[in-house]
Amino acid sequence: MAIAALQLRKRSVLPGFGLALGFTLLYFGLVVLIPLAALVVRGMQVDSAAFLKTVTAPRALAAYRLSFGASLAAAGLNVVFGAIVAWALVRYRFPLKKVVDALVDLPFALPTAVAGIALTSLYAPTGWLGRPLAALGVPVAYTPLGVVVALTFVGLPFVVRTVQPVLEDLDAELEEAAASLGAQRWQTIRRVILPEVLPALATGFALALARALGEYGSVIFIAGNMPLKTEVVPLLIVIKLEQFDTGGAAALALVMLAASFVLLLTINLLQRWSTRRRAPLGD
Amino acid sequence: MSIAVRRVSKTFGTFRALDDVSLDVRTGELVALLGPSGSGKTTLLRIIAGLETPDAGTIHFHGEDATALRVQDRRVGFVFQHYALFRHMTVFENVAFGLRVRPRRVRPDRREIRRRVQRLLELVQLEWLADRYPAQLSGGQRQRVALARALAVEPKVLLLDEPFGALDARVRAELRRWLRRLHNEIHVTGVLVTHDQEEALEVADRVVVLNQGRIEQVGTPEEVFHHPATEFVMHFLGHVNVFRGRFVGQKAVFGGIELDVPDAPETGSLEARGFVRPHDLDLSVTPGPDTLLEGTVMRVNAAGPQVKVELRSDAGEVIHVELSQERYRALALAAGMRAYVRPRDIKLFPSNARAAGAAAPVG
Amino acid sequence: MTTAPLTAAARPSRATAEPWPVRVLLLGVAGVFLGLFLVLPLVAVFAQALENGLAAYGAALVDPDARGAIGLTMLTAAIVLPLNVVFGVAAAWAIAKFEFRGKSLLLTLIDLPFAVSPVISGLIYVLLFGAQGWLGPWLAAHGIKVIFAVPGIVLATLFVTCPLVARELIPLMQSQGTEEEEAALVLGARGGQVFWRVTLPNIKWGLLYGAILCNARAMGEFGAVSVVSGHIRGLTNTLTLHVEILYNEYNFAGAFAVASLLTLLALVTLGAKQLVEWRTRRGGRAERAAEAAPAGGIP
Repeated sequence: MAIAALQLRKRSVLPGFGLALGFTLLYFGLVVLIPLAALVVRGMQVDSAAFLKTVTAPRALAAYRLSFGASLAAAGLNVVFGAIVAWALVRYRFPLKKVVDALVDLPFALPTAVAGIALTSLYAPTGWLGRPLAALGVPVAYTPLGVVVALTFVGLPFVVRTVQPVLEDLDAELEEAAASLGAQRWQTIRRVILPEVLPALATGFALALARALGEYGSVIFIAGNMPLKTEVVPLLIVIKLEQFDTGGAAALALVMLAASFVLLLTINLLQRWSTRRRAPLGD
Repeated sequence: MSIAVRRVSKTFGTFRALDDVSLDVRTGELVALLGPSGSGKTTLLRIIAGLETPDAGTIHFHGEDATALRVQDRRVGFVFQHYALFRHMTVFENVAFGLRVRPRRVRPDRREIRRRVQRLLELVQLEWLADRYPAQLSGGQRQRVALARALAVEPKVLLLDEPFGALDARVRAELRRWLRRLHNEIHVTGVLVTHDQEEALEVADRVVVLNQGRIEQVGTPEEVFHHPATEFVMHFLGHVNVFRGRFVGQKAVFGGIELDVPDAPETGSLEARGFVRPHDLDLSVTPGPDTLLEGTVMRVNAAGPQVKVELRSDAGEVIHVELSQERYRALALAAGMRAYVRPRDIKLFPSNARAAGAAAPVG
Repeated sequence: MTTAPLTAAARPSRATAEPWPVRVLLLGVAGVFLGLFLVLPLVAVFAQALENGLAAYGAALVDPDARGAIGLTMLTAAIVLPLNVVFGVAAAWAIAKFEFRGKSLLLTLIDLPFAVSPVISGLIYVLLFGAQGWLGPWLAAHGIKVIFAVPGIVLATLFVTCPLVARELIPLMQSQGTEEEEAALVLGARGGQVFWRVTLPNIKWGLLYGAILCNARAMGEFGAVSVVSGHIRGLTNTLTLHVEILYNEYNFAGAFAVASLLTLLALVTLGAKQLVEWRTRRGGRAERAAEAAPAGGIP
């Protein structure tokens, strides 16, 4: 290990490179990479006709539609409201701002099962919000709308936390320059601020989408889990597993994994784009 | 302790930071490595310290090969450009660090450490700040803490990387003089990296001018300033005017001036380039036999010890001239006047004349 | 100027501020959104937990199954936390302080556990160690249970929380550079001394927060653990799984009582984050202040 590492790196006087990288690769390989590889291999082992049949079954297709549709809707909601929240946190003063700022991270820290039962109890037909909404003819819990609500909750911090630092770093002089050149406030926002924030918004959207696609805990309580109607892909995987259809579970998981990979790469490119955009001029 | 650098090369990826560099630093002397950014000066300093390993070549301390010696074992004092003070330790703890990390056998006891740190803080005049954290100090104070910390291990060699780079001009000038005095007191062999020619010329015993990984010239401040070995050194150490002339036989001809150049090129480009510093040019209001060219005075700036005159030749070249106040008043120069340029000294470099160091005095 | 209540802008210049009705509208929208999605669920957890009174709340927490779940959750965290702290420090040291080929690939891969569904995180271990998995028959022959047992829960939790400490430390250590470590080396410090005396004190707050976050996620993981646990009451039930069981049995007050414990843990984690950010920002601010102050001349 140490010898291979020595050839890999530019020589440095700091100690411990071989040990640190060696342990990192060993641990990460054992805990993450090898098990994930097992999934890929297991998914491939499924006979291709059976694989296709599993991943294109009507129940699976309905689950993709719900998972992707609800995740896109939730990520979209988070872009709009997340940007407004970030703007308010950076630009305005209001009471309890520190508390509100801290609370934005709640969906990161709160176990998804807890979020799931809390949202369900709120939006159930007997709940604080569910009752008036049902009276208006908009049932939320146990419908696709409920799935969107849960996924909006879990994705909420992503857009806020990617946009917030960009807004904080935004030079006030930029806006003053725009104003001095005669731009109205909305023109400044649309032509100066929005382009600056755009990469962060896109990154936040992709992060929220990736998180929502795989979400399980908060969704299963509020979704109602009716096949073909309110069943998300992760739940379908669990159901296959409980039916001892390991191959089917692996096949569906592989489809999800591929989607995650594409999103992870997209997020990486987006992040590179946004750091390049934010690099200081000069120097 | 003397330092010898022998044929050292270093590349980073495709960037050649040092290209076959050799250098001797004598015991007790303070040498400045001077060059623009990317010239390799900091890399050379870090290689001497043992923070980088050369791709080729050797480093000798006091005649002994130290190339394979680990940085911990070299006993050098290193002052980092941004000081690299340990931000979680007080000034006292920072200075004591080098003594505290010694193996038990050679570690001084608590009282001895306290005594030595105290003495060093007195030396850098910061004993009253011993309990502060680096974040609570000004730039100049941090600089001196970094120096005291480097000196605490009683290094035989003190290496300083742009020691005044991050300070404002006034503090810089003060610290420069203070470092010179300190060096005279403790007499440790010192190497200092800087991109500021004024700093190098003022502080160092000898100056090493680097460019693109190679040494252009080594010499005392006077030598490099008055007798630059290359065009680069000439350009780097101050303003310079370039005049175009021609080689005719064994002579270089600039306007009405002819210089003897024993081995001027006989074939190829016969264009000669002559270099003259602004203070080596004189002006007159009437043409003479040694007039290099004539032009119109564009601007005169008399604020300062020297009067700066900007001239535009008829060919459109801009020429900078520095005159003494007396000479300026005697000439009664003003913008728009015609003036004739007379050089006191023209330098030619081997890059176009094969004559090595053909600094041809006029007259 | 305006007299509206919540409109005092952070920046004084009128040229770069919105008209006050716009500000009020934006603040209102943000407030309603956060109120609906963050505050109401929080209130709901505690309200439902206390619905049947304090006595019922207490009873739900000292129930033997609940105590078993608490014990297993703490055991899992006690195993996962040190392992992931060591991994995080090692990975951050290699990635932040050295240049090597494949570094950006490694940096991307470290995020993998965040990118995959928690269900998949559990599934991969079922595929490896389950009855129909590759090592299943061998494990069964030797009487070792991984899936539907504690080792499976620990492994799935390890997977899910593995990047947390590293993610917290890498940007921090990258921003600190290597100069202080180099200075320590020049002053004669050995490898271990450099780490313990220079690097560790500089990253301690970030490391602490990474550990707290890792702990919270380890205790709160649901999807991955649910797949590998087998839901055996009092035996392979973590707190989150216990919440699910109680909820599915329509014991809502009990479910929310246990959930309120996890919610408190989440709130403590958020508080810890604020504390750490305040500490690091204070350090940074002091440094900037000294920089701006006129540099002291030599007395």
